[in-house]
Amino acid sequence: MIWWFTSLGASYGWSWFIATILDILVIALPLMLAVAMIIYADRKIWAAMALRRGPNVVGPLGLLQSFADGLKVFLQETIVPSAANRGLFLIAPIITFTVALIAWAVIPFGPRAVLANINVGLLYILAVSSLGVYGVILAGWASNSKYPFYSAIRAAAQMVSYEVSIGFVLVSVVMWAGSFNMNAIVEAQKGTILGFISANGWNPLLFPMAIVFLVSSMAETARTPFDLTEAESELVAGYQTEYSSMSFALYWLGEYANVILMCALNAVLFWGGWLPPFDWAPLYVVPGIIWLFLKMGFFFFVFSWVKATLPRYRYDQLMRLGWKIFLPMSLLFVFLVSGWLMLTRFHGA
Amino acid sequence: MGLAYFVKSFTLWDILKGHALTLRYFFKKKATINFPYEKNPLSPRFRGEHALRRYPNGEERCIACKLCEAICPAQAITIEAEPRDDGSRRTTRYDIDMTKCIYCGYCQEACPVDAIVEGPNFEFSTETREELIYDKGKLIDNGDRWERAIAANLAADAPYR
Repeated sequence: MIWWFTSLGASYGWSWFIATILDILVIALPLMLAVAMIIYADRKIWAAMALRRGPNVVGPLGLLQSFADGLKVFLQETIVPSAANRGLFLIAPIITFTVALIAWAVIPFGPRAVLANINVGLLYILAVSSLGVYGVILAGWASNSKYPFYSAIRAAAQMVSYEVSIGFVLVSVVMWAGSFNMNAIVEAQKGTILGFISANGWNPLLFPMAIVFLVSSMAETARTPFDLTEAESELVAGYQTEYSSMSFALYWLGEYANVILMCALNAVLFWGGWLPPFDWAPLYVVPGIIWLFLKMGFFFFVFSWVKATLPRYRYDQLMRLGWKIFLPMSLLFVFLVSGWLMLTRFHGA
Repeated sequence: MGLAYFVKSFTLWDILKGHALTLRYFFKKKATINFPYEKNPLSPRFRGEHALRRYPNGEERCIACKLCEAICPAQAITIEAEPRDDGSRRTTRYDIDMTKCIYCGYCQEACPVDAIVEGPNFEFSTETREELIYDKGKLIDNGDRWERAIAANLAADAPYR
């Protein structure tokens, strides 16, 4: 696309700038649409498992429900509590929303379809997802109200705990792939189970880590079994309690953008990303992006399914799971994976 | 902690069983109805919005005996009465404060001429409180609008009284 702009007479710098902006829009706009549809899907799945019907009035099958909600929220007044720290209060949802968007820069949608094919893609993801907690903590602190504050404290402890185990899980993924580049990680999953069943991303050695990562990603996005930060029955709405109108909608959008991001990460890191599920030639006819979306859709269904099934963890249970089970387990697998690699790939080296 | 417990907890056995259950429910028939378009059947004795009925010749039934006003436990009914020009006793004012009403149905039990009844309508929410203070005109209108349903319900319930 850069060449097309330079052929129009623009300088290379400007062409690069405009082309990059367009690339960002190509990712961000469908993402916003996807968030709207995924909120609808979440409500539908949750409703179906509770034997309800879910939204079905606005538009065909209720498909436009999220847009109606968005419009309603957009037309409301933004209320800033008089005791709140105005600047931080308004900037907190923007942080959450921005951070949820910028992580998409390194997600590969196909062999070459990635906005920023950087070599430290996974480190970038780790860095960005740790920033996400600031939106929650600042909201809880700036609201100057007790429920948001409790929520912020919980969020800080929860996200820090689970990032530790996520870090070790990612270490074993990186060792297996031998690279931090997201595309290289996907490519490294091409192969076979135990040498004879052809499969992409069905790695038995990393399978327990895939489960740990799936559970940890639910904790990272504060989804239902770990939704202590916004536990309705205890904390009103957690850190969102004092928010209204667009600032509330930004949290909502950011939260679901994060959920889709985590689904994409699950698919990319453990289940072969844009590779077909089996290494079989006819399956490669389907474009890689479709496989990625199918996998993301599956993981989103799992997210909703878990939300409809499990009750909320108690705070001490959450901490016990993070520190006493996931952390030792992921450490153990760091040793197992590195030992396996020593035995197989670097034998005698 | 035995070996079985250990294996169970590490394979997430109980959690998977729970998910199998919710997945079965996912494909089950929905328990809820599609409310504004579908409605549940109502008993003939259903006590909904009030109505003042008329005789088939158009004469209003209420004779201003004030038994309903007297029995109303919420004191939601206010009646004023005067003799009409032809000498019959009629209400000049019949108000029901629907925000006070507890829908006990005592008014229709007390009524000797089946004038005040609670009809089958339960969708009469309003945007203001004032609209819920019903006057005689509103109640007579309700009676005219719901007469068929009310008459059918009264007939269906009559054998049990």
